[in-house]
Order: sequence, then C-alpha cells, then structure tokens
Amino acid sequence: MTTVFRPYSGADALRSDRSAGDRLRHRQKVRDAIRANVADIVAEEAILTKTPDRVVKVPIRGIKEYRFVYGENAPRVAAADQDGIEEGQVVGSLADQEAGAFGAGNRPGLDYYETEITIEELVDLMFEDLQLPELEQRKLRESLVVHGSRRQGYRRVGVRVQLDKKRTARSRIRRLVATQRPEATALEEPQRRPFHREDMRYRRRVPDVQAESNAVVICIMDTSGSMDAMKKYLARSFFFLLYQFVRTRYRKVDLAFVAHHARAREVSEEEFFHKAESGGTIISSGYDKALEIIRDRYHPSLWNVYAFHCSDGENYSGDNFDARRAAARLSKLCNLFGYGEIKPQGSYYGDSSMLDVFEDLEADNFHAFELKQKEDIWPRFKALLSRERGSTDDTA
Amino acid sequence: MGQSIDIKQLQHWDTKIREKVDGFGLSTVAQEFELCDHEQMLSYMAYHGMPSHYPHWSYGKSFERLKTLYDHGAAGLPYEMVINADPCLAYLMRKNSPCLQILTIAHVYGHNDFFMNNFTFRATQPDQVASRFKARADRVRDYVEDPSIGLARVERLLDAAHALSLQCGRNLAVRKRDRGEQLQQAIAAAQPPADPFHRIHKPPDYDEPDLDRHPLEPEDDILLFIRDHNPRLSAWERDLLTIVHEEAIYFIPQMQTKIMNEGWASYWHWEIMNSLELPQDLHLEFLVRHNQVVRPIPGDINPYHLGFRIWRDIREKAGESGGGPSAKDNQGTMFEVRESDRDNSFLRRFLTKELIRELGLFQYAPRDGQLVATRVADDEGWREIKETLIRSVGTGGVPVIRVIDADHEQRGGLRLRHEHDGRDLHLEYAKKTLEYLYRLWGRRVVLETLVDGEASLLKSNDDGFSAEPGT
Repeated sequence: MTTVFRPYSGADALRSDRSAGDRLRHRQKVRDAIRANVADIVAEEAILTKTPDRVVKVPIRGIKEYRFVYGENAPRVAAADQDGIEEGQVVGSLADQEAGAFGAGNRPGLDYYETEITIEELVDLMFEDLQLPELEQRKLRESLVVHGSRRQGYRRVGVRVQLDKKRTARSRIRRLVATQRPEATALEEPQRRPFHREDMRYRRRVPDVQAESNAVVICIMDTSGSMDAMKKYLARSFFFLLYQFVRTRYRKVDLAFVAHHARAREVSEEEFFHKAESGGTIISSGYDKALEIIRDRYHPSLWNVYAFHCSDGENYSGDNFDARRAAARLSKLCNLFGYGEIKPQGSYYGDSSMLDVFEDLEADNFHAFELKQKEDIWPRFKALLSRERGSTDDTA
Repeated sequence: MGQSIDIKQLQHWDTKIREKVDGFGLSTVAQEFELCDHEQMLSYMAYHGMPSHYPHWSYGKSFERLKTLYDHGAAGLPYEMVINADPCLAYLMRKNSPCLQILTIAHVYGHNDFFMNNFTFRATQPDQVASRFKARADRVRDYVEDPSIGLARVERLLDAAHALSLQCGRNLAVRKRDRGEQLQQAIAAAQPPADPFHRIHKPPDYDEPDLDRHPLEPEDDILLFIRDHNPRLSAWERDLLTIVHEEAIYFIPQMQTKIMNEGWASYWHWEIMNSLELPQDLHLEFLVRHNQVVRPIPGDINPYHLGFRIWRDIREKAGESGGGPSAKDNQGTMFEVRESDRDNSFLRRFLTKELIRELGLFQYAPRDGQLVATRVADDEGWREIKETLIRSVGTGGVPVIRVIDADHEQRGGLRLRHEHDGRDLHLEYAKKTLEYLYRLWGRRVVLETLVDGEASLLKSNDDGFSAEPGT
C-alpha cells in the first residue's frame, strides 16, 4: 500500500483549460437558443423600456438535457427541520421545486435558467434573425447634404472680398527675392516695388457637402378610450422594434411621439404609453401633426423619416378621406410609413377597419397590416421592413 | 481558511491515518492525492472527476453552472473528490485548513475501501479506469476531427445517446442471458408444469412459444440494443454508443450506493479522527466540520447524514442485541453489509421506524400547485415513507423502460414498455427523449406507458410526436 501526494501545479495549462472548448460550444448553443426564441423575448414586456446597455435576463428553453424522468405526481421523501412537519402541511410550492429550491435532490429539475444579455446584443440577434444581408455589414446610411460653402485652399484668381492679404504680401516678397540680381543690390536706388497681378492670392471656396446620418422615428398612436392596455402593449412592442432597427443604421436617431384622439398632440414617451384619453378618433389629425413635425424639425433632405401608426381601426367615418390623403402625403416624405391595426383576441373592437380605407393607397413604402396577438409582431415586422424605401440601393 | 498545509505534513498525517485504517480492518488499495485549486476542482467536477474525458457541450454547461453557483456563493466546493480507480485517485483543495485536509484524507480512505469491496463495483475494472477514459476521449476526438464525420454529427449522436444512457440493466452483478439461453428459457417456460398425474389428466394445450419474436426477453440496455440491431448505423456511430454505455455503467454503481458510500466514508473519518488524539484546536475544528457535513438538510435528503446515522445505528444495534456479539462482531456485520448491499437494500434492511422518526423524514407530493406533506413519521406513515425513499434512491429515479419488440407492426419499428410503478413519466421529457430514440433507431418508435392511470402510446416518427390511448 502506497500513498502518493502530487503537489499543486498551477501552470498546468492543459488541465486548467480543458473545459474551454466545451464551454464555448455551450455558449454557442445558448446564443442559438436565444435566436430561436427571439420572437418570444421581444414580446416580453420587460425589455421594451430599457436602455441599450441595460442587461436583461432572457429565459433559455432550448438546451435542456432530456432523459426519461418521472413527472410531478411522484411522491418524494425529505427531512423535516427542527419544528417537525404535520400531515397536510404545505412545505413548498411546485414552482420552487421546478426552480430547484425545494427538494432538488436527484430530480433533473426543469432545466430552465436565465442568461444575461444586453439589449444591444439582443437587438443584434434580432436582426441576425431577420437575415437582411446589409444589416450584417452594419453600414450606416449616409446622405450627402450641402451646408453652404467652406474654405479649401487658395487660388490666383477670384473676387476682391476673398483676397488673402497676408498670403498676397508673402508671395510678393518671394517674387522680389527670386528676381533680385546679386551684383545690382548695392548700387540700385530704392524704388517702388508694386504688387503684381500674379502675387494675388484668393481664398478658394467650395460647396460644403457633408455626410449626414440622421433619422427620426415618429410614433403615432391612437390614445382614445378604445385603446386598452393590451393594444398599447402590442403597439409599444412594435415601436420598440422599429426604433431599435432604425438605431442600427443611423448615427443619430430621434424619436417623436404623436398621440391623437380627436385632436393630436406631441407628447413625451411616458405620456404616450401611460395616458389614456377619452373621446372620438380622427386619424388625420395625427397624420397632420406628424407632417407638421416633419416640416418644422425633420426636413426630409436632412432626415430619414420613419413613421408608424398604431390604432384599433376606429375612426370617425367622415375623416377617412382626409386620413387617406394625409397618409399618402406622409408616405411621400417618409422612408417607411406603416400602419398597424391592433385587434387582439378577447379585446373589444368595432367592425370598422382602416385597412379597407388604405387598401388602394399606392405607395411602395407604405404597409398596412393587422396585429392580433404577440406572435404576430415578429412576422409583421419582417414584412414591414421589406417595404422600406431604398432598402436595397444603399448597400452599394 | 488560515494557513494551508505542506506536503510533508500531509505525508506525516497520512502515515498516521494509514495505521488507523489498517488497524480498523479497512482493506484499501494504493492511494493518490492531487492538490488542486478551485478552478481545477470545478473542472474535475464538470467532467465527473476524470483526468481525461471526451468533449461534449454538456460538460461546458455543467462547468458554467458550477462556476456561477460558486462565484455567487450559492454553493461551496466539495472538500475532495474521489475516483473509483486503482490506484484510487482523490483531489484535495490546496487552500483547505490542516484540519480539513486530515479529515478529508481519512474520508477518502473510507471511499477507497468502499469502492474496492462493495459488490456493485466489481465489474468496473478499477485498474483500467484512467486508460479507458483516455482511450474513449481519444476516439471521440478522432471522430470530431475526421472530416467525413465532424463535430456536428458527433454531437448529434452524443446528444441522443446521453438522453438514453441510464436506460440499462440495474444490477450489474446479474449476468445477462445470451440469445441461446434466452431461447432455452422461452422453450422451458412454454412447457406445461410437471404433473404427477399426467396419465389420468387430459394433457394441457401446448402454447408454442414465439421464438421469432425479437427480443425474446424485454431488453434493458437500450443503447446496446440499438447498436446491435440497427443495421443503418455506421461503425463510428456504434462506437459512440458503446462509449456512452460503458461510461454509464461505470457511474451507475456510484449512483446506487450514494447513501451507503458517503455514510461509510463519514463513519470512518469520524472513527479515525476520534482515535488520532488530535491537538485540541484541531479536534474542535474537526467537530465543527464534521457537523457541517453530516447534518440534516431540511427539505432534502443529505446522503452523508442519512448514511452516517444508519451505519452508526448498525454499530450500536449489534452491540445491544443481548450479550452475544462483541464489538468485533458488530464490525463484522458492518463489513458484510458494505460488501453485499446497495442503497435500496441497505435502507430496506436498516432504516428502522425509530430512525425515520429521529431523522424527521416525511413524504410530500404536489397538490394544487403546492407541495404538501402527505405522510409523516408516525405509526402508520413510516412504512410508506420508507418505501417511497427506497424507490427514489440510486437508479430508482430512472424509469424502467425496456425494448419489447424490434419489428413493431412488421415495419422495423421499435416498441418499448415503461414498467409503470405508480409514477408517471414527465411527458415533455418523454417526448424529447423519444425523439432522440427515433434519431438513433431511424424508424418509428412507440412507448407504452400509463398517463393518469390510462394506458397510452407515445409515438415518435417522421411526423413528429403523438400520444394516443393505448390498449
């Protein structure tokens, strides 16, 4: 019988890092699982209001190791604490057991755990899932805009106001020195040495063209009485997606919120989602307000405008014509204009639908559709993006 | 943790402990200790303690989980890890205090003795463990690197094989009958019972046994059955199935003796430490550590505590039983038991009503989304508690599922039967596992079981999974 003690060897790289490959593979699987569930995750309310660097917890369902195991009806044995246990006493909840908090024992547990991921990563995954090739390049969209003119270099001809006196004087001296004959210097009388035409230096001005990468997302929502929490929630999911999408492609992205019922107002985000108002609905008022905002602050030559409108399809019937006309104007100004009609199951909504009104609106970048449930969000969003103006030509 | 201990001191204590080990009559094999840090310990834990092991993402997952728990302080690390091998291999945490190291060494010798003597470990061939694991790891890596196979296909097969690895024979000491013996058995079983009055009785109808049936007897080892009877598998796939099966049967004895084994090691570290005449400060720390390890965990079963209590009870009981056996004989009983029992028989023989009451064991089951205590340790309840515990220890947590027909509906389907013992299968898990089984078998797979008391057939085939009422 012998005993051997092997001393600690910290530098044994082979041993200490043996799990690296398997850990990497596991992480890949986690990522795949997140991607497979991205539609569910997006529909979870919790992530919508968070900032990009915030960490969210994402439930993973995809990487359990399945075996044949017994279900929940199987009775189990455990030790009581010092107070003892009486028959019929509640000793825990099933949810605890699933989480492994109670009687974890040798039961595999529902292998459901959370991983942490930033909104930024999540958004990346979402758009990877969309499989739009230009997104993977993550190229910012830029447009060239002339901001007046700016100075660039000098030239010998020009108008008087652009004359650069200092440079002109310097080029005169240079000329004099260059033309001086050495033997003549001492003898020659001082004489007048005028400026010549070729001494003149003028500032050159060129048009100032700058690459701009600005976008604005205008969220328009019906906040009339008929919009209940579920409808607002679906709308909010959609706005979130659109905003995140636009954010991946432009350097500067603004948000504007237009709430409308019979009249429209521009409001803060907080108000937008949490304030319910009563009254009828005139959709064209919201569109007019959006047009006004675009005219005042987000001129289409400088800004890429994305507008999206959510409503439950109720509108004052006399307004339908105006609404259609305003929608046509908006789609002319916007890169993308979408209309989502939210009619969740089990929630009240009337028979009227704006989808009929918008049916004959002919604009490539306009898309109207219906949202019935959370699961619709992702496919509808994909469909919407396919309508975007210039979504193909800016990859070049 | 205070100061750690150097190798010289460890050897000094080891010599002392070894004397005691031999004095108590434990029969151990050569022992190797390796000092490691917490990263290495986590790594060993993730790979079941094996110095080399084939790669699979599930070990990465296991490592991440252990590390997260450890980093957040939700779980400590074990003081040691012992591998059933010859020489017996154990890892010690190098930062542990001197007392803890001494206690751990004593504990390890308990495991060493148990591995080498308990009957369930006979078939594990401890002298070849390290080289076998290494060889398996090399083979799997070769398949992964083989361009005609690759990681994705190896992983696909391993995922499926892992799901079924524990579906194998429960008692490794029972030899499996080969085909010829099964035939004879079937023919013999079909013979009418010997009748001393056969001359005057009408001869009973002879039911001819169906010898074309395949398998003749329900088959426990699902992976091996697939390996041997699915002609569509290629050689590397068969080899992977063998690897996973061999590894499972190496670990099954440890699952089946968890309570006995930990109890045995705890009992002997306790005896050894008490007999070492430790300096007082070490002895006090020992008492604290010992009680941390061997304590009841409310809401759960601590195998260290349960095992330790039963072993001590055996020791004391044998002494009480009236004048006869001396202390030496009691120890004889203990040594016999450690050789011939595993957890379920151990509990059946030695978990008494008094112990159940003393340990405060109770039975609970879910009711309306809550866990409710259904039986407590009183005069009526204790038997049921004992039965439930016996059923759930060791491999009792793995449902018994056997192959009964390899040519189901004459279309090469695989029919299996769940030997229902009152516990239903977890249906979501059953569904996914059947999908894995289908992946391995390549033809339709049907599982007979009971769901809420109704016979059901769970099927997995090309069209996915379905559950139908069975007959």
